[in-house]
Amino acid sequence: MNNTYYGKLIFELSQEGRCGYTLPKNELKEFELSALPSQLLRVNEPELPQVDELTVVRHYTNMSNNNFGVDTGFYPLGSCTMKYNPKIDEEIAAHRDFAVLHPWQPIDTVQGALAVYHGLQESLSEIAGMSEFTLNPFAGAHGELTGLMVMRSYHMSRGDDKRVKVIVPDSAHGTNPASAAVCGLEVVQVKSLPDGTVDVEDLRPLLDDTVAGMMMTNPNTLGIFEQRIAEIAALVHDCGGLMYYDGANLNPLLGRCRPGDLGFDIMHINLHKTFSTPHGGGGPGSGPVGVRQGLEQFLPNPRVTKNDEGFYDINFTDESLGSISGFLGNFGVILRAYAYILTLGCENLKMVGPLATLNANYVKESLKDCYELPIEGVCKHEFVFDGLKDKSSGVTTLDVAKRLLDYGFHAPTIYFPLLFHQALMIEPTENESRETLDGFIEVMRTIACEAHDNPDMVKGAPHHTPVRRLDDTQAALHPIVTFKELAQ
Amino acid sequence: MSKIIEGLYYSESHEYVRVEGEFGYIGITDYAQHELGNVVYVDMPEVDDEVEAGEDFGAVESVKAASDLISPVSGVVVEVNAALEDEPGLVNKDAFENWIIKVKLSDPGELDDLMTAETYKALIGE
Amino acid sequence: MSYKFFPHTEGDVRAMLERCGLRSLDDLYGDIPSELQLHRDYALPEAMSEVEVRRFFDTLGSLNRTMTCFAGAGTYDHYTPSVVHDILRRSEFLTSYTPYQAEISQGTLQYIFEYQSMMAELTGMEVSNASMYDGATATAEAMMMAVAAGKKRNRVLVSAALNPMLVRVIDTYAKFHGVTVEMIEQEDGVTSRADFEKKVTQPDVAGVIVGIPNFFGIVEDYTGWADICHENKALLIMTCVASTLGVLKTPGEWGADIAVGDGQSLGIPMSFGGPGVGFLCTSKKLIRKMPGRIVGATHDMDGKRTFVLTLQAREQHIRREKATSNICSNQSLMALFVTVYMALMGKKGLREVNEMGYSGAHYLADRLVKSGKFTLAYPDKPFLNEFVVRTDLDIDALQQECAEEGIHAGIRVGADSLLLCVTEMRTKDEIDNLVELLTH
Repeated sequence: MNNTYYGKLIFELSQEGRCGYTLPKNELKEFELSALPSQLLRVNEPELPQVDELTVVRHYTNMSNNNFGVDTGFYPLGSCTMKYNPKIDEEIAAHRDFAVLHPWQPIDTVQGALAVYHGLQESLSEIAGMSEFTLNPFAGAHGELTGLMVMRSYHMSRGDDKRVKVIVPDSAHGTNPASAAVCGLEVVQVKSLPDGTVDVEDLRPLLDDTVAGMMMTNPNTLGIFEQRIAEIAALVHDCGGLMYYDGANLNPLLGRCRPGDLGFDIMHINLHKTFSTPHGGGGPGSGPVGVRQGLEQFLPNPRVTKNDEGFYDINFTDESLGSISGFLGNFGVILRAYAYILTLGCENLKMVGPLATLNANYVKESLKDCYELPIEGVCKHEFVFDGLKDKSSGVTTLDVAKRLLDYGFHAPTIYFPLLFHQALMIEPTENESRETLDGFIEVMRTIACEAHDNPDMVKGAPHHTPVRRLDDTQAALHPIVTFKELAQ
Repeated sequence: MSKIIEGLYYSESHEYVRVEGEFGYIGITDYAQHELGNVVYVDMPEVDDEVEAGEDFGAVESVKAASDLISPVSGVVVEVNAALEDEPGLVNKDAFENWIIKVKLSDPGELDDLMTAETYKALIGE
Repeated sequence: MSYKFFPHTEGDVRAMLERCGLRSLDDLYGDIPSELQLHRDYALPEAMSEVEVRRFFDTLGSLNRTMTCFAGAGTYDHYTPSVVHDILRRSEFLTSYTPYQAEISQGTLQYIFEYQSMMAELTGMEVSNASMYDGATATAEAMMMAVAAGKKRNRVLVSAALNPMLVRVIDTYAKFHGVTVEMIEQEDGVTSRADFEKKVTQPDVAGVIVGIPNFFGIVEDYTGWADICHENKALLIMTCVASTLGVLKTPGEWGADIAVGDGQSLGIPMSFGGPGVGFLCTSKKLIRKMPGRIVGATHDMDGKRTFVLTLQAREQHIRREKATSNICSNQSLMALFVTVYMALMGKKGLREVNEMGYSGAHYLADRLVKSGKFTLAYPDKPFLNEFVVRTDLDIDALQQECAEEGIHAGIRVGADSLLLCVTEMRTKDEIDNLVELLTH
């Protein structure tokens, strides 16, 4: 990362008449596009930039220098599982034998691609303790929506139309209720106990024959394992509901625990978290959805199946909830995740959870004298501080986060979960060395001292990044979202 | 300390109604605007829309928060405060002066279910 | 324990456990009841070296057949400039996440701003979001947006000439979201205007969805459609093949309210159907009803022009169940892909790509018709680079024969109909070869 700000836009580098491409000569000029009726053609040409190739390369290279990624430095963004993204996975994803396949090619010409899909599907089933996965959903939120559609399809298939409620812990991420609403379900919140786990006594009276199911993460958003999960699952099952596992926090369970064995019926996994496909600035991700035995028929169309002769096929069925994607999901991401699982193998996959958990506990124990730890005890892959222990200086979590940027670290997730006012959610993954963690711990301690000795300096942070704090009120009051608006 | 005006009716979700004849001016309280921070957008209904007591009729947004507007009374919208379209920050300047919608009350009896300035003051702990 | 992705030495583990007051890694899981724990290894293969991983995927890759592509139907074989791949591999872009910390994410924020600007230009709309999953889900999101904007209206009219792949996804979202989907009949390959005019007057119609081009490759004439929609308080949604908007009349020019589609045709490899990139553009008036992320321009404390995620208060993490959509990310890296593509190609390159597709497709159609064995399914309808032919020949057998020669001879769209597509990637020789195989 470069601290000199590169703020130009490609449009500002444009000169009429420049060009950045070459194409073969049109051999068939006797058929001219201008023969199309003029009322079907665009009147104004799109005002796209006109730039030469080197200008384009330098522009985006300079721009990338103002970005921070996992390859740049420590990225302890809670709940996002910012692992190292192995380079071999990129190489496999670019493999020409896969990259040039059209999705509707004859089925016998795509057997290798379908084998990849099926192979990953089976690997995830084994890791999660589920019967079958669909890899069609494009992201975690999309998987969540798909999983809830499975839940509703199951109830509707039994003619049980009154089940419209889905129970969500009050500590859950906002996406859970949003997914439920998009799926036509009503959200009912269940309270958390002071230790952040589900209040089973508050849950009991909510359970009746209008409950479609319950959504949970485990460990929860505070990194605490829900010890009463078996009891909760039994209660929900007894009232006829299904248990949904939000796989956002699956990483610490790798090698140790399977959602299917905890009583969950439906779940999604974020391949971009647990299986290390790159986050790409926000996507493309992948959110496979797994189900226990008896629910497979509701998975979205199309499904990839394998017959006894080892031949793969793509199937559409009427029992399915329907299609939630154009084809078979983000296949390029599926390739990467499969390469990751094969690279680690069973002997290394089982170490992922314990080492990620060790790293989180190490950071927590090393900082809890300077930062407020609301919940004592062993955490899983992440934990939450409620701001600085000494809040007298007025330095907030936002200030601490911004000051971390000055020291070359990405900030943790801040102000989530909403259970605490100054939440600072830290997730170091299994790939981080003790030296990296020690460096982070030292900086966090330094910032705590700075907050005491020179609070104004911390409140003005960051000081050494390419740009300083931004005016986001102005951005929201008068949104300027295109170059044309900016140029006006 | 938040400003509270005598003679208005207040709801638990921090809206107020100022009654003038058969009309009510609905807005959010000074306490509510303070909690929300800089208001960047007010989502308002259209004239002639019906609003119902206890139902939302719009939302106010700040940069990092949003709050539904719950109507304290039922009626028909006869005017929306168009000034808020261009300058939503007026709500922060003076929440009581800058009402959000003007409603023709369909059931003035509903006003009895709302709080007086005194009771509202106790609610927000001031 | 030494492994390339785990830096922990045995000494590290011991020291770290000690700081936590624990004796073994098992103690980290002491809170999980033993009967819920997995007391065995996964039934998965052992670790592979890089050499073995490469060999594994080479072997599977050899089970695929890379073909000369004459198929479209939503996924198109276009040219990718080598620069694009090179930029996308930059790990500062690849290994970052959503730009929450704007001070160290200007790279991502800036290219999303450029992406939004370019997509707005391409579609002729005022604003664009930061991208969506794919064209099908973007269309379904547009449907939900129209329903949200239409308050109590919850019927959506969908052209029967739309790609069935889109209709399937629209149907699924509609079923669960409580939206009624009604098809507008297609007549001679185009959306029936009479049926549209009749159905749009229903009082609960929130939106009308049509395609540019439609599933049969036809460029339909939507003159007057936007006015009719608006007279009936419905939004006009156009779902488009992005690349064709380089030359075709844009949703903005037709007066549409929402433009959606997939950007895959802007040079993204077909990659067995994904990742592509969904886009959603609309008018400034509807910006707060728009799902997904949006980047806006602002300035920092020192007055530098900068970019930031904006209008977040309408999104799911704040509005929760009141949000229009549950989407909480974008297809960022693929947005960068099409941004770099459009930067290189410019308006001139996009025009040339379309001209070549037009020439090739019309040459192919002309030769097939002249053979006497094929007819155009919709002879008087204009098309760009995709079209349907009819024949009495056995289409399955013909396709099989072509497949043996390494040619993907289009997509069968009925007992006697074949949907064919030609892009700038196809040479005259390849087209001649296809004609030979289909008509010999």
